[in-house]
Amino acid sequence: MNLQDIVDQLDLNPYTQGKPLNTIEPSGGYTSDLLSCVMAGAKQGNIWITLQAHVNIVAVAALLDLSAVVITEGAQPDTATIERALEQNITLLGTNQPSYLVAGKLWEMGLKSG
Amino acid sequence: MRNYRAELHVHTVLSPCAEVEMIPPLIVTNAIEKGIEIIAITDHNSSANILSVQKAAIGTNLTIIPGMELTTHEEVHLLCLFGTMKPLTHLQSLVDKQMQKLKNRPDFFGEQFIVDETGNYISSDERLLLGTVNITLANAVAFVHELGGLAIPAHIDRKANGLIANLGFIPDDLCLDALEISKNKTVEKMTNEYPQIRNYPLLKGGDAHILDNILGLNHFYINEPNYQEIGLAFQNKNNRKHQIID
Repeated sequence: MNLQDIVDQLDLNPYTQGKPLNTIEPSGGYTSDLLSCVMAGAKQGNIWITLQAHVNIVAVAALLDLSAVVITEGAQPDTATIERALEQNITLLGTNQPSYLVAGKLWEMGLKSG
Repeated sequence: MRNYRAELHVHTVLSPCAEVEMIPPLIVTNAIEKGIEIIAITDHNSSANILSVQKAAIGTNLTIIPGMELTTHEEVHLLCLFGTMKPLTHLQSLVDKQMQKLKNRPDFFGEQFIVDETGNYISSDERLLLGTVNITLANAVAFVHELGGLAIPAHIDRKANGLIANLGFIPDDLCLDALEISKNKTVEKMTNEYPQIRNYPLLKGGDAHILDNILGLNHFYINEPNYQEIGLAFQNKNNRKHQIID
């Protein structure tokens, strides 16, 4: 399953694309809104689900080489966040759905590793 | 007694997000040029550059208050201010033991330089100072008070690391000495947005990561430019007063 499949199935809005979406296969998923948890717990290639939309999420995603960040609950990344994500080739995807539903749908799609 | 202009939230080159211009002599001269007479040095989870800034200020009228911007377990940024370095070293020992063990990646987060009073490089802190410290906000406030310090949540209006965004509201059993609001917010706007903050003294912080953000948007009407007097001013005690310059 690649990011394009996920974007299509969950109807996500891509704010930025690090690489062509159909070339990236997430290694698993991680959900938390505390950036320190993510830094300690998420694994390389994970897709990260969070309602945080501030610029620090880009640094965390870049640091861990995450495949994408799904920003939930309709939270809007500001211009600085989007610019930084473009600079660092980070894929930011948005949705109005809550994190719980996004995680559930990814699980149903077969993305079951943490 | 008279008014002293103060900026109580200043980072040095030790904070990864601070610019390289934030070295002791430039911080000191920049503050003095703006008529600021009190600054607090508040690096993220570290106090290693404070003595150098104090040395750089010797012979001037600028008072340097030792401080730290602590990242609590809830990722709330808490300004911890002290009268001397000694109590701060106790807080530093706790931080050194309880901070998340992550290594800094200067290419993502920025360099963390320890420097001397002229700004010359001494060493780099290898740990990621932006990590959280395994202490709750409530326990951190209690510990700072035990050490005789002031505990002031930083930029409470901010989405990243602000108390209100991370905790939802200000727990009313926290004995906070003041709340810091961001430089671009007015007291009126803040109190309309968050009525709960009416119960607290407010501080306006430059959260200076560049020299231009050493703003000094606080007037303390006090007897001497020191930390005890600032504490009294927050409480409006003994005719001491504090006012934000909006």
